[in-house]
Amino acid sequence: MKPNFEQYKDIPGTTIYTIELARQGFQLNEFCMSLRTEENRKRFHADERAYLDEWDMSEDQKQAVLTRDFQKMLDLGGNVYFLSKIFAAEGMSYVQAVSTMTDMNVEQYQAMMVAGGRNIEGWRSKKERGEA
Amino acid sequence: MAKIVAGISTSHVPAVGHAVDSGRTQDDYWKPMFAGYEFSKQWVKDNPADVDIIVYNDHASYFGMDIMPTFAMGIAEKYEICDEGYGPRPVPVVEGHPELATHLAASLILDDFDMTVLNRLEVDHGLTVPMSLMYGQPEKWPTKVIPLPVNVVMNPQPSGERCLALGKAIRDAVQQFDGDLTVRIWGTGGMSHQIQGARAGLINTPWDTKFLDDLINDPETLKYKPHLEYMIEAGSEGVELIMWLIMRGALGDKVNEVYRFYHVPASNTAVGHLILTPQD
Ligand SMILES: [Fe+2]
Repeated sequence: MKPNFEQYKDIPGTTIYTIELARQGFQLNEFCMSLRTEENRKRFHADERAYLDEWDMSEDQKQAVLTRDFQKMLDLGGNVYFLSKIFAAEGMSYVQAVSTMTDMNVEQYQAMMVAGGRNIEGWRSKKERGEA
Repeated sequence: MAKIVAGISTSHVPAVGHAVDSGRTQDDYWKPMFAGYEFSKQWVKDNPADVDIIVYNDHASYFGMDIMPTFAMGIAEKYEICDEGYGPRPVPVVEGHPELATHLAASLILDDFDMTVLNRLEVDHGLTVPMSLMYGQPEKWPTKVIPLPVNVVMNPQPSGERCLALGKAIRDAVQQFDGDLTVRIWGTGGMSHQIQGARAGLINTPWDTKFLDDLINDPETLKYKPHLEYMIEAGSEGVELIMWLIMRGALGDKVNEVYRFYHVPASNTAVGHLILTPQD
């Protein structure tokens, strides 16, 4: 069966981690995996730039990490489960990190979740929203 | 003969593991969710089994992208706990069941399911959080475990049809094992949730409810549900629910609904939980 990655591009505010994106983000995600040891977390936090320079990542990917721009990291092939190693190492929860990718602050985001989460109405299709 | 005696499905939210490990299960935020598992904790005590086959996914905790198996099976004696960026969870080591696991992996490969065989594996919250929910905080887990990791992280994930068929093959393989064992199968992950992008926080309760109903009563209709539908309706991470199809396939045509629980939210996620028993 021929893959159809295009079909995922109409979902608003969503980056589907395809095998193609995974190729592009391999080194970024490898860097994230390296943070699974306390020793590497310490080294990374001591000098982030120097640590990132040990990886064959693009400058854009490095900048996205340095500025904690999680959306940018997704766009450049990162996947949220990998990126979680960056924020977990800083004691940040999924709710805190995930809220930074929305137009809400963390309190507003948490309030939305407690009230039942984001309603899907209006969030099914970019075309429907006039975004494409 | 070994026999599948029950199916258990549950979400596997990492924050639930933190709540257990830090003694916060009775906080206002968590209390209603944990209350929903009280029945189940008692039920698994009253209906013990020898082995749990736990279908779950690794969350960039052990595999990373060096190797990304679509379906894998652990055949080891034991499984250590992953460091997911904040140190390993303080839970007992997970003990395996190499005799049943080698039989299952071999049977499945002979039945054309090209399983990746794991003699070494560390397990993450995808497997340990469901165990904490069902078994609490014991010194030692009460059952032996066969981990069955599925790729649900990288698209393309295995199709729903394939997942349901894998479940059916597991049922046959368990019945053909030369030894008396009671076995449960667990499907973990889901339900609706999205933890990335501007659409993060998506929850779709009507869709989740229909999925639960269909899974119990009409699983064949889920065979052709495209991944695109999971991603749109249940969120980009809602596609984890295909792992519940493996559990359901292993239970045969008709099942009894012993228990159902649904709660929003746990962290970013709609929590769903079922206990099912096969009718034959
Ligand atoms: Fe998961």
